[in-house]
Amino acid sequence: MSESAIEITNLTKRFDDITALDNLSLEIGWGELFGILGPNGAGKSTAVNILSTLLEPTEGTATIDGCDVVFDPDCIRKIVGVCPQEPAFYPHLTGEENITLMGDMHLVPKDILKERIKTMVEKIGMEDHIKRRAKDYSGGMIRRVSMLMALINDPKIALLDEPTVAMDPKSRHAVWDFIRELKTQGKAIILTTHYMEEAQELCDRVAIIDEGKLIELGSPTELMEKHQAKNLEDVFLKLTGKKLREAF
Amino acid sequence: MNLRRILALINKDLKKTTREPAVLFLLLVFPIVLTFVFGLAFGGIGGGATTSFDVGLLNLDVTGPNTEWSDSFVNNLTSSEVFVIQEFTDNITGQAALQQGNLDAFIIIPEGFGDSIESYYGSPFDPSVWTNTTINLYVDSGSMMAVSAVPSLVQKALMETIFGSESMLIGLPVEIDSPALVESSTLSQWDFMAPGIFAFAAIFLTMIVAQSMTYERDEGLLKRLRTTPVSSAEYMVSQTLSNMVIAVVQVALVLASAFAIGYRPATGPAGIGFAFLIALAYSLVAVGFGLIAATISKSADVATGISFVFIMPQMFFGTFMPLGGATEVIAKFMPSKYITDALTTLFLRGAPVTSTIIWFDFAVVSILGIALILVGIALFERFGTK
Ligand SMILES: Nc1ncnc2c1ncn2[C@@H]1O[C@H](COP(=O)(O)OP(=O)(O)O)[C@@H](O)[C@H]1O
Ligand SMILES: [Mg+2]
Repeated sequence: MSESAIEITNLTKRFDDITALDNLSLEIGWGELFGILGPNGAGKSTAVNILSTLLEPTEGTATIDGCDVVFDPDCIRKIVGVCPQEPAFYPHLTGEENITLMGDMHLVPKDILKERIKTMVEKIGMEDHIKRRAKDYSGGMIRRVSMLMALINDPKIALLDEPTVAMDPKSRHAVWDFIRELKTQGKAIILTTHYMEEAQELCDRVAIIDEGKLIELGSPTELMEKHQAKNLEDVFLKLTGKKLREAF
Repeated sequence: MNLRRILALINKDLKKTTREPAVLFLLLVFPIVLTFVFGLAFGGIGGGATTSFDVGLLNLDVTGPNTEWSDSFVNNLTSSEVFVIQEFTDNITGQAALQQGNLDAFIIIPEGFGDSIESYYGSPFDPSVWTNTTINLYVDSGSMMAVSAVPSLVQKALMETIFGSESMLIGLPVEIDSPALVESSTLSQWDFMAPGIFAFAAIFLTMIVAQSMTYERDEGLLKRLRTTPVSSAEYMVSQTLSNMVIAVVQVALVLASAFAIGYRPATGPAGIGFAFLIALAYSLVAVGFGLIAATISKSADVATGISFVFIMPQMFFGTFMPLGGATEVIAKFMPSKYITDALTTLFLRGAPVTSTIIWFDFAVVSILGIALILVGIALFERFGTK
């Protein structure tokens, strides 16, 4: 295990004339639940996609557990679990089959896979629905299944891109509890969100980004104290003059 | 390459075939329905009945000393059980009957027919003194069966008339086998079409591949898989194999339904085995076309339309539609045509599986399949995954 779980150095990503990420540097430690907070279009997914080897950065480097995202993608794909912003799943398969498929891709031993699915499904509150076809799921169910699909390989590092967006409160709390437990297992977790209460509730540290740039970094309490704000929403407002959810 | 990953992906694809009604219909139900419908419509059911052709006859050689030759020819035509002879007294009504579809063929025995044969017997080795005449034979071009069978049967009756019935058993160093085959079995138009059904069924794999690849791309499934250790080679192999499985099931279903309605291909287990083999090779072609269609399609709906660019010509020129002239040339470029040809050779003509021609067809389909799938993978990975 390398010293820090994730190291992002001067990472920049440009799409034609849009600079989605602008010289971002971050270091995330083991056992840390790290939030990337920013409005829509801030560059959160771009950062996650680079870390999950789907996009190549224009400039800069990123390593996960010492593996370079550009030069050693195979190393990274073995140790990360990625929950994409759009929960991709096979609608003709059941929730369980979708998760099993991901476990098969990671070659999780069959007996462990079965056992793990059972426990995880219970933890996230899907035991009554897991044998139904995913096409019949509600949005919240799909997101919960998508989360398990991402984490079935018991990854050292979890990259969760807005896992609770548009989720009903009940599902959201189930997911929050689930994420908190991941943290206790010593995993490094990146959680992107544009819900400040989510970042405040869960994260050890947050990076606030806007228009691809890091504008603030620290623990939620630190940041609120520093800016004399009552919550992170307020911090963002003071920093940018914009409200988080209206900033897009 | 890891077998477990490949099997898991194949399993995922095959479940789609059984669980999604549209896919189930197109790939498995449709071939069965198609076989039954065409079998019923074109005479597969009740296949025990002898096929016959309605043949109009106008005998113009009715005067003079040598009319017994034309009488004998008429007798030979009539005694062949496949012809139901209807006599006409003039050309116009005969032609009209043919055009209206009341006849499969119309034969005109010319004046001087008997004289010709007599002149031949007068000096068999000196063609210069023969008086030549021509039998006019008109065949209903709309009937594939008639076009392929009638001329040789007429030829056979003529040979019997001139040389006697023994002439078919002795004499020539080279013998033509097909008239005997056609007459002795009980073929219907369905027997000519059946080989094409196999290709017809498999053609639609292209559409399913194109749809599922665009779907997986657009829904982010390909990306999701790319964040796991599965390689694109494993993914492509699984795509190919699952479609091969479907192709095999399709052949089995078409065969079983054809058997159920009385179709008996003129081949043995080896020939049936060959049908599976060439269908496997063809599934490579279908996947290749599917990948190319997926590459140029912006969405799964567009993929459906684009697939038809690959499907339609193969359907019209490469299966059981009657061909002639320019379409024969176009057909040479249709991969499906080679399956149809090979299976026609085996199932209809009863050629042995050792025939070079069917292995040539197999080679064409296989080589094309491998080439297309490589091109398809290259194109899709380069341009199609965005
Ligand atoms: N593939 C792409 N091509 C062009 N522009 C893109 C692409 N992906 C993202 N962008 C742009 O980059 C910026 C950051 O997007 P994204 O990382 O998705 O933001 P977030 O996830 O924070 O909402 C946005 O302006 C978005 O329009
Ligand atoms: Mg995003």
